[in-house]
Amino acid sequence: METEFTPWASLGGGMLIGASAVLLMATNGRIAGISGLTSRIFARATGSEARGVSALFVLGLLLAAPLWLLVSGSWPTQWVPSSPVLMALAGLLVGFGATYGNGCTSGHGVCGISRGSGRSIVATATFMATGFVTVLVIRHLIGA
Amino acid sequence: MKQFFALLSGLIFGLGLIVSGMADPAKVLNFLDLFGTWDPSLAFVMGGAIAVTAPGFAWLTRTRQQTFFEGEFHMPTKTDLDPKLLTGSAIFGIGWGLGGFCPGPALTALPMAATGTLIFVPFMLVGMWVARHTPDLRPTPKEGAAS
Repeated sequence: METEFTPWASLGGGMLIGASAVLLMATNGRIAGISGLTSRIFARATGSEARGVSALFVLGLLLAAPLWLLVSGSWPTQWVPSSPVLMALAGLLVGFGATYGNGCTSGHGVCGISRGSGRSIVATATFMATGFVTVLVIRHLIGA
Repeated sequence: MKQFFALLSGLIFGLGLIVSGMADPAKVLNFLDLFGTWDPSLAFVMGGAIAVTAPGFAWLTRTRQQTFFEGEFHMPTKTDLDPKLLTGSAIFGIGWGLGGFCPGPALTALPMAATGTLIFVPFMLVGMWVARHTPDLRPTPKEGAAS
């Protein structure tokens, strides 16, 4: 199903994401990488200071949609098209891959590229490539 | 006070994901569908985010030794392209293409309680736990081995 091309909203939303990353670094000295922050909440090795920052940041993420509902009167537009079985598999792969590869779209794709990190540029090119190929296979070769 | 800013950063990040359309898996999957119903919006999300983060980080590291609350900047220090980075990123991309969610948007969309999201998030946490307990792919030198 088609979705509307939204260059301005996407650019503006992206700039908010960037502002958040700079704010977190300026005040707490942490990279706004969601997979890193999330997995650190539960990891035994995490120090109490890092755990606190991570938990509060994730709490903020969780409050964004309810705040949106409160102000605008409706939930943001959303459609989760994949089947439950596919979503379970997707969750496993995303959680494992992002943590094993030290970052996801935010940690590598936004913060890492912004620092000019070679590792993050390679990581982003890699997950973009496998993402494109996966959708190609699912939608056009298997036709699911 | 810095705790308040950690919470505020998360909130702004989540609002950014919602405004940009990243929190909608249908839009993410269409971005990845180059040969079908392609929606290039998400390239603008990344462009906008980097356009703010790159100068912001450069300004912070150039002008300050410490955070605004006298804390340390925890900048990543690794520079080598190890097998872990490549394998992990490749696997992450496959999962991203299957569900249309990466970690930030999945958590942001969680309160909206779509069935797919309620399934995705616990499995994502399990995946993270497994990754933290999976050993390195790098061959480790055996202790005491003759060299």
